[in-house]
Amino acid sequence: MLYADFPFEEDTGLRDFHVRLDGVTGPRRWYRPQVNFWLDKASPFKPLPKEHAFALLEWGMNWCIATFSHHYLLLHAAVLERRGQCVILPGEPGAGKSTLTAALSLCGWRLLSDELTIIDREDGGIVPLARPVSLKNRSIEIIRAFDSGAVVGQAAHDTHKGTVAHLKPPTDSVRRMGEKGRAVHVIFPRWASGARIQLRPRAKAEAFMQTATHSFNYSRLGRLGFDLNAQLIDSCKCWDFEYSELEEALRTFEELTR
Amino acid sequence: MTSGLLPLLQVLRNPGSMSGMSDDAWDLVLRQAASAGLLGRLGALATQMCPSEDLPAAAKTRMQSAMTLAGQQHRAVVWELAQLSRAMADLQGPVVLLKGAAYTAAGLAPAAGRTFSDIDILIPKTQLDAAEAALMLHGWHGNHHDAYEQRYYRDWMHELPPMTHIARQTVLDLHHNILPETARIKTRPDLLIAAARPLADHPRFSIPCPTDQVLHSTTHLFHEGEWGHGLRDLVDLDALLREYGRSPGFWNDLLGRARELGLGKPLFYGMRYCHRLLETPIPRETMEKCPQRPSPLAAWIMDRLFLPAFGTAHHTGHTTLSGVASLCLYVRSHWLRMPLGLLLPHLAKKSWQRRIKPLLDKPQGEVQVGMGGPPARSNDMPP
Repeated sequence: MLYADFPFEEDTGLRDFHVRLDGVTGPRRWYRPQVNFWLDKASPFKPLPKEHAFALLEWGMNWCIATFSHHYLLLHAAVLERRGQCVILPGEPGAGKSTLTAALSLCGWRLLSDELTIIDREDGGIVPLARPVSLKNRSIEIIRAFDSGAVVGQAAHDTHKGTVAHLKPPTDSVRRMGEKGRAVHVIFPRWASGARIQLRPRAKAEAFMQTATHSFNYSRLGRLGFDLNAQLIDSCKCWDFEYSELEEALRTFEELTR
Repeated sequence: MTSGLLPLLQVLRNPGSMSGMSDDAWDLVLRQAASAGLLGRLGALATQMCPSEDLPAAAKTRMQSAMTLAGQQHRAVVWELAQLSRAMADLQGPVVLLKGAAYTAAGLAPAAGRTFSDIDILIPKTQLDAAEAALMLHGWHGNHHDAYEQRYYRDWMHELPPMTHIARQTVLDLHHNILPETARIKTRPDLLIAAARPLADHPRFSIPCPTDQVLHSTTHLFHEGEWGHGLRDLVDLDALLREYGRSPGFWNDLLGRARELGLGKPLFYGMRYCHRLLETPIPRETMEKCPQRPSPLAAWIMDRLFLPAFGTAHHTGHTTLSGVASLCLYVRSHWLRMPLGLLLPHLAKKSWQRRIKPLLDKPQGEVQVGMGGPPARSNDMPP
């Protein structure tokens, strides 16, 4: 359902990752069944209940990229695009990054990724993933209420992150997943109940340090990591953004990219 | 017996054959290389030997990623050596780097694209206490606090329990010999240390002379119990032999040195499998004149054990005998390390600690991976 728009390819040729989910063997195959995530012949995680299978697949695939794709600079940040301008959203857990990402993707923004900003070392372009958006706990209801047409997968309850469900990526974002994006804004969002909406410029040196800290492989890339991150921050406007109402936040984003 | 691994072996033998390889072949070779810990090595070979336009983009990026990690480890080792030379400044006598750290610090043939997990250092046994004290003063601490583990390492082994730096988390193995004190084969670490050569870029450290690099590599490989790195270690050995084998007199020096250090047998097996699996050019008469050469029957049996074990790196290299062979080699490695009177009580103690004691103790806390992913299996992460 969530991957309905993705092209289906034969299982031949050169693949980045060979991943698979499998029921465990032994008693837990029948009694409260569990599943394992496999990368080729290794299973890096402890098995999870069968109901968490889809979430495990998504986490596993993110883990593969974050652990093995060091030909890119990888930031822990969402990234979306409007009118050819990409907006990068690094965020601490609980900052409202996924809710904002889901809402923007439902309002005509192109989704590149909700978790991983992938920066190409050759040209500094942003490589899209356009995979389902992970929603946690309250944000599942918020998004359902925000758009009654939103396609949200079955919720997995009692995961280590609470309840998790995934939102289908926009069809157009999937269709355009071969098109790299160009970053124009880096926005550090912070949701706070009752907060007045505020968009304030962020000093570039601080923004640099913060994106470097939010990277999965900044130090592994050495000088290249520094250069790519510097190039990104140099070419972007950087902002601190505080909000409480989703509708207001969307208006601000719309104006910023007009 | 290692025929499942043939695609990887073929490109290691002849890196130029990567040009124009089909996507299906690439897919298999890259998976085999990744699980053998050789993806970075393959990348280095491809960069040297193949025109870039002959390689598929997806293969290039995979190898580039592994080479990026190798590059970071290289920088980390150079930095670590700078720290260590301060910590060990007042120590008497040479400090010899072994294996990965030696290859990297001296820019030797196996270094390109190689990744490793710890730094191995060899010092005279008389300096062991002083070295341990100096390292502890500079933030290195041992991870094995159990009294039995301490005794195992200090009385019987050739190294101290691994030490980890408190801030940088790098792991250091401090050796005073290249074989356990209790091992069947006895060697002379003093001769190895005496012949070591100082490094121009890191004056506090030395590396073994070329013949001793080869002998240590073969000795390490054929006393190993865990075979996950077997092929990677063989590739190191292949690179050393190809490099040094070109200089006149090397092969004779190697045989003489093997006799002197009593390491003819591991050298024989090392050369045999390098030649068989990687087609390393080794003169026939060197093989024939190798000291302590095992009997043809012993060699026949060892072939049945070693060849399947080299294939355990990837499931496509597994045969019905791989599991049995790996078990035999595990037993053999312990047999070579200790006399039976020590070995049996040791194995009994270890199986109690590994299998039974955890069932009686409370479960350990779960390890979390980045991005708040699901709990990771400890000790079971892919490379």
